[in-house]
Amino acid sequence: MKKMILVFTVMIGLACQAQSDKYVAAMQKNIPLFESDTTVDQLQALAATFERIGDAEKTQWLPYYYAALAQTWIGWRPEMKDKADVNAPKINAYLAKAEAIEKNAETYAVENMSATQQMLVDPQSRYMTNGRDAAEALQKGLAMDPNNPRLYYLQGRSLFGTPPQFGGGKDKAKPLFEKSVALFKAAQPKPLYPTWGQKQAEEMLAQCQ
Amino acid sequence: MRPLIILTAFILFSARLSAQTRISGTVKDGKGHPLHGASIAIKNSYDGATTDSSGAFHFTTTEKGADTIAITNIGYNPVQQVINLDGTPVVLHLAMKEQLSELKAVTITAGSFSAGDSKRGAVLSSLDVATTAGSNADITAALKTLPGAQQVGEQEGLFVRGGAGYEAKQYIDGTLVNNPYYSSVPDIAQRGRFSPFLFKGTVFSTGGYSALYGQALSSVVLLESIDLPEKSEVDATISPLVVGLGTQQLAKDKQSSFGFSYNYVNALAYFKAVPQDVNYFNVPQFHNGDANFRIRTKSGGMIKYYTTFSYNNLGLRRQDWDSLNMNDAFALTNHNWYNNLSWRDYLSNGWKFDLGASYSTNLDNIGQNVQNLANQNQTFPDSAFWMNFKNFGVDQRQDLSQVRAVFDKKLGTLSAIRFGTEYWYSYNYQKYHTVEYNIDTLYKFHDNFNSLFAESDIYVTNALAAKVGVRYEHSTVINKSDIAPRLSLAYRTGPEAQVSLAYGIFYQKPENSQLFYTTNVGFTKATHYIINYQKMTKDRIFRVEAYYKKYEDLIKTVPINYYFSTFNNSGTGYAKGLELFWRDKKSIKNFDYWISYSYLDTKRNYLNYTTQLMPNYAATHTASIVMKRFFTKLRSGINLTYTFATGRPYYNFILDSLNKYNLAESGKTKDFNSFNFSAEYVPSFANPKARTFVVLFASVSNVLGYNAVYGYNFSYSGLYKQPITPPANRFYFIGCFLSWGVDRSQDAINNNL
Repeated sequence: MKKMILVFTVMIGLACQAQSDKYVAAMQKNIPLFESDTTVDQLQALAATFERIGDAEKTQWLPYYYAALAQTWIGWRPEMKDKADVNAPKINAYLAKAEAIEKNAETYAVENMSATQQMLVDPQSRYMTNGRDAAEALQKGLAMDPNNPRLYYLQGRSLFGTPPQFGGGKDKAKPLFEKSVALFKAAQPKPLYPTWGQKQAEEMLAQCQ
Repeated sequence: MRPLIILTAFILFSARLSAQTRISGTVKDGKGHPLHGASIAIKNSYDGATTDSSGAFHFTTTEKGADTIAITNIGYNPVQQVINLDGTPVVLHLAMKEQLSELKAVTITAGSFSAGDSKRGAVLSSLDVATTAGSNADITAALKTLPGAQQVGEQEGLFVRGGAGYEAKQYIDGTLVNNPYYSSVPDIAQRGRFSPFLFKGTVFSTGGYSALYGQALSSVVLLESIDLPEKSEVDATISPLVVGLGTQQLAKDKQSSFGFSYNYVNALAYFKAVPQDVNYFNVPQFHNGDANFRIRTKSGGMIKYYTTFSYNNLGLRRQDWDSLNMNDAFALTNHNWYNNLSWRDYLSNGWKFDLGASYSTNLDNIGQNVQNLANQNQTFPDSAFWMNFKNFGVDQRQDLSQVRAVFDKKLGTLSAIRFGTEYWYSYNYQKYHTVEYNIDTLYKFHDNFNSLFAESDIYVTNALAAKVGVRYEHSTVINKSDIAPRLSLAYRTGPEAQVSLAYGIFYQKPENSQLFYTTNVGFTKATHYIINYQKMTKDRIFRVEAYYKKYEDLIKTVPINYYFSTFNNSGTGYAKGLELFWRDKKSIKNFDYWISYSYLDTKRNYLNYTTQLMPNYAATHTASIVMKRFFTKLRSGINLTYTFATGRPYYNFILDSLNKYNLAESGKTKDFNSFNFSAEYVPSFANPKARTFVVLFASVSNVLGYNAVYGYNFSYSGLYKQPITPPANRFYFIGCFLSWGVDRSQDAINNNL
C-alpha cells in the first residue's frame, strides 16, 4: 500500500512537472516571436496563442500579459493609429485577466501604452481623460517597482512626444532614457519575464543626442 | 490468442488516440460577413488559432476525446461547441452574434446638440462655449451660434424654431431653473446667471426632447454640473467691469470638495469710457456670491449642493416715444437666491437613482416714471391715460421649490428603463402700483405642479435604437392635466452616418403675467416632428435637420380695456424649417470652424395678433460662422464669429373703441449683421512650472459697428415709431484671470494640441 502511495505521488509529481515543462516550453517558444512576428495578423495570432495558454493555465499572469503586449504592439502599428478605440478594449480585456491574477509594474506599463494609444487618437480632447489614465498607470507602476526600466522608457517616450512649450521635448526625455538604459543593463529578469524595451530605449536615447 | 487480439486492439487504439486531429473552418458574423481575428481554442489546452481575413482558420491538436471548442472575438458573443477529437478532421462553420456596445451603438440625435467633454456626440466642448467670440462666456450666447436659435438682441432667452424666449427652459441637474437670466430691462438683453465653467455637460435640445422634462414648448437646455474639481485652487478675476475672488478646495482623499466665490460688477468706469445711448442715472451694479460642496459616495455616486445669491440694481433713462422731450426713467433692484441639492447613486442589479431638490426665490422692485428733461416726474391728465400707464411701480416675487426622483434600470447592455416623478410648488406675487391714483393692486397665486414620467431606451441592434416615453402633468392653479407622449428613433445608415426621427407632444403652463389675471386657462401645446441626418467623424460633423411644429391652445389676449386684459387658449400656429450644421477641425491645421444655417417659416396667432403672423422675434434666414485659431508660439488665440439674420417683422396693434386689436402698421426690420472678435493671451503657456496661471482676454462685439434694429416701439397714435437698438453699438471686454494652485494651462493645451 505504502508503495502504491509512493508510486502515485511520484506519478502526480511527474505529471505536474510535465505540465509545467509544457508551459515553460510553450512560453519559450512564443515569447521570441515578438521579434519576428510584426504584421497585425501575426501579432493577433500571437495574442490569441498567449490567451489560450493563459486560459489553460488559469493561475499564470504572464501569458495574459504577453497577449496584452501583442495587442499593444498591434496598436503601435502605423495603420492602427486611428483604430485605438477598437484595439484598446482588446488590450484591456487581456490585461484585466492578467491583473486579476497579479497587478505589477509590467501590467501598469501595458496599461500606460493602452491609454496612450487612445489618447493619441485625439490628444486635444483626450488629454485630460486617457492622458491622465496613462500618467496614473506610470505612477502606480513606479510605486510598485521604482527600478523598472520599461516604465522610464515609456515616461521618456511621453515627454519626447510632448512639444517643448507644453513641458516636454528631447531635453526633458533624455535623462529618462539614460536611466532606462542603465536599468536595463543592470536588470536580471526572472525566467519568462518581459525583457523588451532596451533596444527601443537606446534608439530613443540616440535620437535625443 | 484472445489476449493478443486485445493487446493489438489496445495498441492500435492508443496509436489512434495519440494521433493529431486537424480542425478547420470559418467564422462569420450574423450577416455572413467573414470575421477576421476571431480566436478559436480548445478549452484547457494551448491548441487553437485565429481567423484570417477570409474568416478561415485551421490547426491541429493532440487532445483526444470529447472536448469543448471556444470561439471568442471582442464585440461578439462568445460561442462554444462540443466536438469529438478522434483523428478525423473536423470542419466547423460558425456564426457569431454582435454584442450591443455603447461605442458602436447609434445615439439619438434628432433635435439635440450635446456640448461637453465627456459625452459622446458632443458638438461643442465647455471651453468652446467660453472661447466663442461674442459669447463672453455666456452659455445662451454661445448656443445662439448653433442652428435653430434666433438672433434676438433686445431680450434675454433662447428663441428656438419659432418659439418665444419663455418657451425654452433651463434645467440644472434635473431641476428647473425659474430665473436663469438676470431680471429683464426693457429692450436690453440680460446675461445668464450661471457660468459655463460650473458645468461638465450641456445638452441644447431644439425640439423632440425626452419625457424626463416638460413645461417648455420649444426647447430645453440641460446643464449637468461638474463633479469634483481636479485640484484645489484659488481664482481671481480683474477687469474694469468686474472683480472676483473664489476658491475650490479638494479634500486630500479626493472624495469631497467645497468652494465659494464672490464677484462684483460695476459698469461706471466702462460707461465713462464707452458712451451709451441710454442715460444711466444708477449705473448697473451686481454682487454675486456662490458656495458649493460635493461628496463622492462609497458606491461612486455624487451628492452636490450649489447655492448662489445675487443682488443687483440699476436705473436708466430712455427717450419716451410718445413725447420726444420726455424720458422714461426705469429702475430695477433684484435679489435672487438659488439652491440646488442633488444625489446620484448606484444600487445593485443595474439600478441607479437621481434625486434632486431645489429652492429659488426672486425679488424684483421695479419703478418707472415719465420725466421731463429736468428729470422731474410727470403726471398726466386722464385724457392722456396712455402716458399715465407708463408711471408705475412693481414689486414682484417668484418662489419655486422642487423635488424630483428618477430611477433608472439597465436592461442588458444598453437598453434601459427609467421613471420618476417631480413636484413643484410655486408662489408668485405681484404688487402693481399705479402712480397716478396711488393705488396698489395685488396679484398672487400658488401652484402645485406634479408630474410622472417613464421612458425606455430600446436597442434592437447596434444600428437601431428607439426611445419611447410618456409624461403626465397636473397643475393645480389651472386645474388641468395633460399626457405627453414622446418617441424617437435612430438608425445607422453607414459608417459614422445615421438618421434620427423624433416626435413628441409638449405642454406648457401659461405665463405668470397671464395667470395673475385669469386661471381659467389650460396648457399651451406644441407637437414636434423632426428628421435628422448626421455624419460625424473625429474632426468633422455634418448635420441636416428638418422639422414641423404645430401649435395649439396658445394664449390669446382678450382686452377688456386699455389697462386690463383677460386670456384664453384660442391661439394657434406652426413652424417648419430646415437647418444645417458643419464643423471641421481637420482641413486647416490648428484651425477650427463651424457654420450654422437655419431656415424658418413660422406663423402664430397669439396674444394680441390679429391673425396668423410671423412672430416679431423670427427671422427667415439665420447663419453663423465661428472660427478659432490658436498660435502656440505666440501663446495666444483669436476667435471670430460672424452672424447674419434676415430682417424680422414688426407690428403695431392698436386697440379700437370696440376693444378689438387692429393691425395699424407692419413691416420688416433691416437685416442683422454682427462680427465679433475675441483673443486670449496665456503668458504662462510655455512655463509648466508657473505657480500663477494668467489668462489675458479681450473681446469686441460688433467690431464693424453695424447699427442693429431689433424692432420698433410705437407711439400711442401709431404715427411715430422709435427703433429698438442696443444701448451701444459695440461691446468691449478686457479682463485678467488668475489662478493659483492648479495649472489651468491644461485647458488651453487641451484645446490646442
